[in-house]
Amino acid sequence: MGYEPQADFGTPAVQGDIPVTVTIDGRAVTVPAGTSVMRAAAECGGAIPKLCASDNLAAFGSCRLCLVEVEGMRGTPASCTTPVAEGMVVHTQTPRLEKLRRGVMELYISDHPLDCLTCSANNDCELQDAAAQVGLRDVRYGYGGDNHLGEPTDGSNPYFDFDPSKCIACSRCVRACEEVQGTYALTIEGRGFASKVSAGQAPDDFLSSECVSCGACVQACPTATLNEKSVVALGKPERAVVTTCAYCGVGCTFRAEMKGEQLVRMVPWQDGKANHGHSCVKGRFAWGYAHHQDRVVSPMIREAIDQPWREVSWDEALRHTADRLNAIKARHGARALGGITSSRCTNEEAYLVQKLVRAGFGSNNVDTCARVCHSPTGYGLKTTFGTSAGTQDFDSVMDADVIMVIGANPTDAHPVFGSMMKRRLKQGARLIVIDPRRIDLVRSPHVRAEHHLALQPGTNVAVLTAMAHVIVTEGLADEAFIAERCDADEYADWARFVSDARHSPEVLEAVTRVPAAELRAAARLYATGGNGAIYYGLGVTEHSQGSSTVMAIANLAMATGNIGRRGVGVNPLRGQNNVQGSCDMGSFPHELTGYRHISDAATRALFEADWGVRLDAEPGLRIPNMFDAAVEGSFRALYVQGEDIVQSDPNTHHVVAGLSAMELVIVHDLFLNETANYAHVFLPGSTFLEKNGTFTNAERRIQLVRKVMEPANGPNGQGLEDWEVTQALANAMGLGWDYAHPAEIMAEIARLTPTFAGVSHERLDREGSLQWPVDAAHPDGSPIMHMDGFVRGKGKFVITDYVPTDEKTGPRFPLLLTTGRILSQYNVGAQTRRTANVVWHEEDVLEIHPTDAENRGIATGDLVRLASRVGETTLRAAVTDRVAPGVVYTTFHHPATQANVVTTEFSDWATNCPEYKVTAVQVGLSNGPSAWQQDYAAQGARSRRIEAEPAE
Amino acid sequence: MSNLVYMANQIARNLAFQGEAEAVAATAQHIRDFWDPRMKAAILAGGGEGLEPVARAAVERLRAG
Repeated sequence: MGYEPQADFGTPAVQGDIPVTVTIDGRAVTVPAGTSVMRAAAECGGAIPKLCASDNLAAFGSCRLCLVEVEGMRGTPASCTTPVAEGMVVHTQTPRLEKLRRGVMELYISDHPLDCLTCSANNDCELQDAAAQVGLRDVRYGYGGDNHLGEPTDGSNPYFDFDPSKCIACSRCVRACEEVQGTYALTIEGRGFASKVSAGQAPDDFLSSECVSCGACVQACPTATLNEKSVVALGKPERAVVTTCAYCGVGCTFRAEMKGEQLVRMVPWQDGKANHGHSCVKGRFAWGYAHHQDRVVSPMIREAIDQPWREVSWDEALRHTADRLNAIKARHGARALGGITSSRCTNEEAYLVQKLVRAGFGSNNVDTCARVCHSPTGYGLKTTFGTSAGTQDFDSVMDADVIMVIGANPTDAHPVFGSMMKRRLKQGARLIVIDPRRIDLVRSPHVRAEHHLALQPGTNVAVLTAMAHVIVTEGLADEAFIAERCDADEYADWARFVSDARHSPEVLEAVTRVPAAELRAAARLYATGGNGAIYYGLGVTEHSQGSSTVMAIANLAMATGNIGRRGVGVNPLRGQNNVQGSCDMGSFPHELTGYRHISDAATRALFEADWGVRLDAEPGLRIPNMFDAAVEGSFRALYVQGEDIVQSDPNTHHVVAGLSAMELVIVHDLFLNETANYAHVFLPGSTFLEKNGTFTNAERRIQLVRKVMEPANGPNGQGLEDWEVTQALANAMGLGWDYAHPAEIMAEIARLTPTFAGVSHERLDREGSLQWPVDAAHPDGSPIMHMDGFVRGKGKFVITDYVPTDEKTGPRFPLLLTTGRILSQYNVGAQTRRTANVVWHEEDVLEIHPTDAENRGIATGDLVRLASRVGETTLRAAVTDRVAPGVVYTTFHHPATQANVVTTEFSDWATNCPEYKVTAVQVGLSNGPSAWQQDYAAQGARSRRIEAEPAE
Repeated sequence: MSNLVYMANQIARNLAFQGEAEAVAATAQHIRDFWDPRMKAAILAGGGEGLEPVARAAVERLRAG
C-alpha cells in the first residue's frame, strides 16, 4: 500500500434495514435510513468539501463548508446534518454553492498562516485540500486585522505539538476526546472570535491537563494544529502497512506509516475490528524502544554470570548453546531442560518454542507467562464451559445493559476497550465494580458505578458466592436457561450450597467488608437488569483461589442465563497482546495446542506422526515448579523467550536462587533485562515491527503482524525474526526444520489443531481477522461462543467454597498490598520505560489511605519502606483515599522498585498462578534504598558488562 | 512442611466440599493431570508427613496407580 489517507465518509455509518434511494449529482445511491447526505455522497464516489466532519464523530454542522442544494428544499442545508429521504435529489456542485463555500473558506484562510510549504502537514492537510476543492484564489480581507497567528506552540506533550495559530476551531479534537476516548480533557474556551481549544483549566498545558495522550485529537485534527512531533521531524510518510499492536490484549490494528525503513507514526486503523480506529498512548506513540540505545543486537555468551558478556556470531552462539543443551540432556536427562514461551511474541513463535521443548529437548517443561496471569482462566473456563476463552467479541459490550467489572481496570490496562465500555455506559448501561480500589470507572466524567463493592483483598470467592446466594434464594435464577443448557444435578448441588445461610451477604460481610445491602442490590441488578456482561482481570486470577473465582463467575453467568448471545458473557481481559494466543499454542506443560491434555494418546499420536518424534506423556514443570526443581538440582537449563521472569514473577529472591542454580540460562530478548543478569547466553530478539506472524487478542481474534522493517538484531546485518532464531537453535540441535515463512508454521498449527482448522495467513490477509474456533461448524469464526450449547455439552456448575488465603495480616504486617498497572506503562516496563512515557510515570509509587499514612507519619512524596515476610523495598508514597484503610497498592513497572521482592510464593491451588494481589506488609518511613535494592543494582551493573574488543 | 505437601493440602482443601471420597479422587486426579513426574515421585517418597487426611489419601491413591 502506498501512502494515502484513510477513507473518511464524513459521518458515522448507520445500522439499519430500511433502504433509502437518493440521487446525488445524477448518481443514484441506496443507503440505510438515517444516513447523512454527506455520507451517501461519499459512498457513491463524491467528496463534498468538509472541515468539521469525520466519520468517527457525530455530525456537528459548524464549518458551513458542506452545504448542498436539495430540490424542493429551501436554502442550502449542511449535508452532514441532513439525513437522506426517499427520492431526494441533491446537487453538491453548483455556482451558488461554489460561491458560498469560497466565501466561507476565505474567512478561514484570512486567519490562518500561509506557510504551507514549510508546514508539517503540507500535502496531508484537510484545510489545504478543502481550499483546493473550493478553488480559493484570493483573500479579499487581507491579513492585517485581528487574528490568532501569533499564538505560542504548546509542546509539553512528548509526542505531539499543539499549535493554536493553525487552529480553525472546528471542535473535532474536543469531540474526539469526548466521543471516541471519553476523557473530556479538551474544551472550547471563550466565545465568538475568542474561541480557542483548551486542555483543562487556564493554567494547564496538554501535559498537566487530564489528557491521556490517546492521540484521538491528533488524528481528528484537519490541520497541523495537533501534529505528531515525529511528523514534524521526519515529514510525510511514503507508505503504510497495517499491523497489530504488541502491547495489551485489546489487539488494536495500526497503520505503520513509513519512510523507507523509518517508522514515522503509528495511526490506528479505521477498519480494525478490535479498535475501530482508536488507540492509546502506548500503541499510538510508545514505539521508540524499538531503536533505543539499550537494545542489544549481538548474540552474546559467557561461562558464568559474574563474567562480562562476549559478543559472538549467530553461528557461534547457536553452536555453543546447542552443545550445552545436548550435554546437559546427556548428563541429566530430557526432563532437566525446559523453556518459556512469550505472550509478547507471535503465535508462530510460541508454537515453535513449545515444539522445540517437546520435540527437541524431549520434555514437556514448557510454560508461558500466562502462568502468572490467566492460567486460572484456562482452568476455570475449561472446567465450566469446556474451553479456555472469553465468550464475546468486544463489540458485544454495546448491547450490554449491566456491566460488571471484577478485578480489572480497563481504562488503564485495556484503554481502547475501556473507551468503548465508557461509550456504552454513557448510553445508559449500568455498572457494578468489584475492586478493593476505586478505579477510574467508579467515577469519571459522565460515568458512575451504581455499585462499587470495595472488598477486602482475597475475598473474591466469598463475594461472588454471596451474590449467588442472593440470586438463588430470591428466585432470580434463570431456571429455563439452566434446565436447557446446564447439568441439572450439578446445578441443584450448587444451588443448595450457595443457599446455605452461611453464604449470605450478611454473614460474609465480616469477611468481605462489603455492606450486605449493597451486595444484595448489586446481585439483583446483575440478575435482573437485562443483558449482564462480566469483564474481569488479574484481580480475579492472581489469588490463592483464582481458579475458584473464575468458576464462581461462570456459575453466576450460567445461573442468570447471561451466556450465548450478544451483550452478555464472561470476558477475561488479557494483560499482554498474545496471552490468548500463547495459551492456544500449547504453551502449558500439560497440554498441546487447542487445550488438549498431553496424556491423551490420540492427540499425542497426531503430533508424533507430524513431528516424527516420541512425546513424553507426563505433564512438565510449571514456571514456579521449575525454580523449585532448579534449587533442588534436577532442572538445569532454561530457554526464555521474551519474558523477564526476575522482574515479573513473585518472590524475586526465590526466582534468582532458581536461575542461579541452573547451568544454562538462555535469554532471547530485545534488552539485557533483569533475567539476563542470570543468563549465560543472550540471543538478540526482533520487535513486532520486524517480523511476520499473528497475535490473538482477548476476544480470540487472530490478526496478522506484518513486517515493516528488517530486523535490527544480529551482527553485520544478519537480522533474524524471533521464529528464525528458534528454528536456527532447533537446527543446531539437529532437528532439521525448514520453515520459510510463519505462514508455513500456521499451516502446521491449523493441520494439528481443530479450532484453527480454517485459519491461514492468506485468509487473514484477505479477511483482516478471524475469531477461533474456525472449523467446519464455524467456517467464518466465532465472535460469540456457546450460542447453541456449551463447548463441553452441558454447562457445569462447580461449587466454589471460600478457603481463606494463608497470607494473613498480623501485628508485624498489618496492611494488605495489592498490585496493578498504570495507563502509560506496560507490564515490567521493558518497552515503555524506554520511551517518553516515563514523563507520566517515572517510578512506582505506593498508594496508602490517609488514616494509615497519618498513623505512620507519612506524607505524599515521602520515601517509605515496604516490607513483607519475604523481602523489602523502598518507594515513594502517595496518600489517597482511592484505597481503603488497611490496603496499599503499587505498580510493578520499574526494576528499581521490584515490587515482587515483596510478593510471596502463595499461589492458586489449581494452577500455581501467584497470589500477587494479597501480600501482608508493613509500611514505614525510610532513609534510602533497601539493602536488596543496593545489592541488586550493583549486581545488575556488574552482570551487564560487555567485553570490549582488544585494541589492535 | 515442603512446598509439595503444602500444594497437595491446598488442592485437597479446595476440593473438600465434594465429600471425602470424591475429594480424594479429585485431588489424586488433579495431581496426576498437572504435576511433573519428579513432583509426583517426591510426594510419594515423602512419607506423608504434613499431609492432611484427604491429601494423604489422594497420595495413597496415586501410589496404588
